[in-house]
Amino acid sequence: MSTRLAKTWRGGEPFIWLTGGALALALLLVAGLIGLILYNGLGFFWPKSVVRLTLTDGKAMTGQVVEREPVPGKVGEYRIKLKVANRDLYGADFQWLDESQIARRSYPPEIAVVERTEWGLLVGELAEVREGDTVVAKGPEAAWAEVRKRMPEAARLRSEIRGIETGEIGAINYEQEALRLRAKRLERKGVTAGPETDAIARELAALHARYKTQEARLTDLRKQQGASVVVTADGGKEKVLPLPQVLDVYFPNAMGGPAKAWHYATRLWEFVSAEPRESNTEGGVFPAIFGTVMMVVIMSILVTPLGVLAAFYLREYAKQGPFVSAVRIAVNNLAGVPSIVFGVFGVGFFIYFVGGSIDRLFYADALPTPTYGTGGILWASLTLALLTVPVVIVATEEGLAAIPRGMREASLALSATKLETTLRVVLPAVMPSILTGLILAMARAAGEVAPLMITGVVKLAPSLPIDGFWPFLHLDRKFMHLGFHIYDVGFQSPNVDAARPMVFATTLLLLAIVVLLNLFAIGTRNRLRRKYATSAI
Amino acid sequence: MAGNVGLAANLNPRAETASIMESLMVEIDHLSLYYGEKLALKDVSMSIPKHRVTAYIGPSGCGKSTLLRCINRMNDLVDGVRTLGNIRIGGTDIYDRSVDVTELRKRVGMVFQKSNPFPKSIFENVAYGPRILGLQSRSDLEGIVERSLRGAALWDEVSDRLHESALGLSGGQQQRLCIARAIAVEPDVLLMDEPCSALDPIATARIEELMLELKNSYTIVIVTHNMQQAARVSDYTGFMLLGELVEFGVTRELFTNPRDKRTEDYITGRFG
Repeated sequence: MSTRLAKTWRGGEPFIWLTGGALALALLLVAGLIGLILYNGLGFFWPKSVVRLTLTDGKAMTGQVVEREPVPGKVGEYRIKLKVANRDLYGADFQWLDESQIARRSYPPEIAVVERTEWGLLVGELAEVREGDTVVAKGPEAAWAEVRKRMPEAARLRSEIRGIETGEIGAINYEQEALRLRAKRLERKGVTAGPETDAIARELAALHARYKTQEARLTDLRKQQGASVVVTADGGKEKVLPLPQVLDVYFPNAMGGPAKAWHYATRLWEFVSAEPRESNTEGGVFPAIFGTVMMVVIMSILVTPLGVLAAFYLREYAKQGPFVSAVRIAVNNLAGVPSIVFGVFGVGFFIYFVGGSIDRLFYADALPTPTYGTGGILWASLTLALLTVPVVIVATEEGLAAIPRGMREASLALSATKLETTLRVVLPAVMPSILTGLILAMARAAGEVAPLMITGVVKLAPSLPIDGFWPFLHLDRKFMHLGFHIYDVGFQSPNVDAARPMVFATTLLLLAIVVLLNLFAIGTRNRLRRKYATSAI
Repeated sequence: MAGNVGLAANLNPRAETASIMESLMVEIDHLSLYYGEKLALKDVSMSIPKHRVTAYIGPSGCGKSTLLRCINRMNDLVDGVRTLGNIRIGGTDIYDRSVDVTELRKRVGMVFQKSNPFPKSIFENVAYGPRILGLQSRSDLEGIVERSLRGAALWDEVSDRLHESALGLSGGQQQRLCIARAIAVEPDVLLMDEPCSALDPIATARIEELMLELKNSYTIVIVTHNMQQAARVSDYTGFMLLGELVEFGVTRELFTNPRDKRTEDYITGRFG
């Protein structure tokens, strides 16, 4: 028997099953992970039907069913989690309800879901529209018609107000800050009076006047939005919602497939293109996408030359020996250092030392407010570049080692110097390997969160690192990042339950961005490979 | 040593073939070479005549490639190499400290055992040398590329795909491309290190034909494993053994009437 067993084992069949099984298990885990994220992330935007439950005690409850699970301790009984929304009216977004309490379920088509600028969703029936105190429209249908008529105007006013706030007033703030710095510089020089200070004072006054006119414009615009819509919710509760706060109104029970699909698409677009609202639990994640991509791009720009040059020295110029081997081992091991350690180094060296020195030398007028002496996208990118430089070095070195000796000799025999050989023959041939290193570096950098949390990522950045004010690219600014956004929304937000679907959606987006960045780099590499196709690399 | 006496007598091709007056291109004078402590070339002296094909034959590891690589100083790239004696090309000692090695390699081109085109287009491969020498004019480069490819008997096969990758060529074509690349800078001497060892008989025949044409313009030194090849293409042949140049002379005489016992043993196939 044992000989037969031994024979079977030696035949190799069981080992094939073992290896195949291991691979299948790994694939299953990955597929499960991606499936879960896809299901939850993409499902988030689908307009769910709103159910009106009539309870056995006669009360009514309206909301979307989010979960169904067995009641603990009671066999065969289930309870549901209902998203009732209307946080401002009920105090909580979610209610648990035993199914035994439910007498009847209905899906009235007139129930509206209102997205608004604050307090999350509002679920109920549109009752009337008021202009000031006078009722303009009464009854669900008339009210909806009136709301629909007025919504484009409200949206226009909203964007105009936003435009003034970020555009004109933003510019005034920017100029005011510049003047303040000029005044401070004069003060340090000991000039407290004279034509220059007078000029500054005059300009400040002019700015103040400009601010006043803009403020008046804002007040004027806000006055134009006198209309409000009254929504009735369960238990006869009423909410008077000023129309400018209304972002979107839809009737999920009355929507057909195409309408739902259209709504889904617009919500998805809003998610990737809009700014977040309500401490990131609503709205979009555009600034986080922008921050993530920009950080990865800056990191790539920093890490590639550094890693490639280092690899060239190690492989082409350094005299191979125990010291170089030790350096190589150290570089390889650097890739295994926990990322938070790099974060700590980034804070200590880049931010406090380098950034602090830059501030003292070039931004002394702004002190004690730090410019570069605090977390920012440059320092975060540099920290990540340091974290990923071993990957680039190793990949480049492997590429260099794979270049046939004959290729270099051919170049040298054609009277090229070593430098010419390196630049004209070796560098193009090693380019695909460099890109492989960069792909790995980008994949790692895009997914890294821990070192960023202490080197420049914030929950909510007031402005993007690129804008219309000189010098347009603001490397000192703090930025938002999808990875941190997931952590923040999922675990730090005041309303974790309501934000959870957003966590999945954001995760999906982060994955998509990593995949996209990689595909871009892989495409470039393949193009280069075709161009410099060699058998050895 | 008895062998050295014979060697001394065979030093000069002119001594062998007094009737033919040859002008000399490369003169190797008491050259010894060490890899670290190991002596790889032992006091080699010989003269290579201009516009002739000179072949080195010998068993593996006898130092024939090393000797060839001394002529364009490719051995400089190897760590721990030391040379004694000297080599003169056109009267200049190439191991002199004042000699710029890139200048030397401009005059001494090389074709390697394994064809090694750059991962670039056919055009860029041939234009590489001229570009290194600072030539930039597109029309000049085009002229040189065409002339070199014609010289290497490759033009007709590749003229319609000059800008495709050189790595798409067959082995024989790649090797002829390497020859075209080497002659694009118009060297005086062309070194060929077993140029046909990786090729099939038809491709080999084409390269051999080419060598016979090229010797009208270039001085060719070839290392080969293949004694028939040496007999077919070369005017002079040197037999090397264990770092020594055992015998050097006119090819026909060396193969039909070797004066050293070891040469005879080798060419009749008794060893090696």
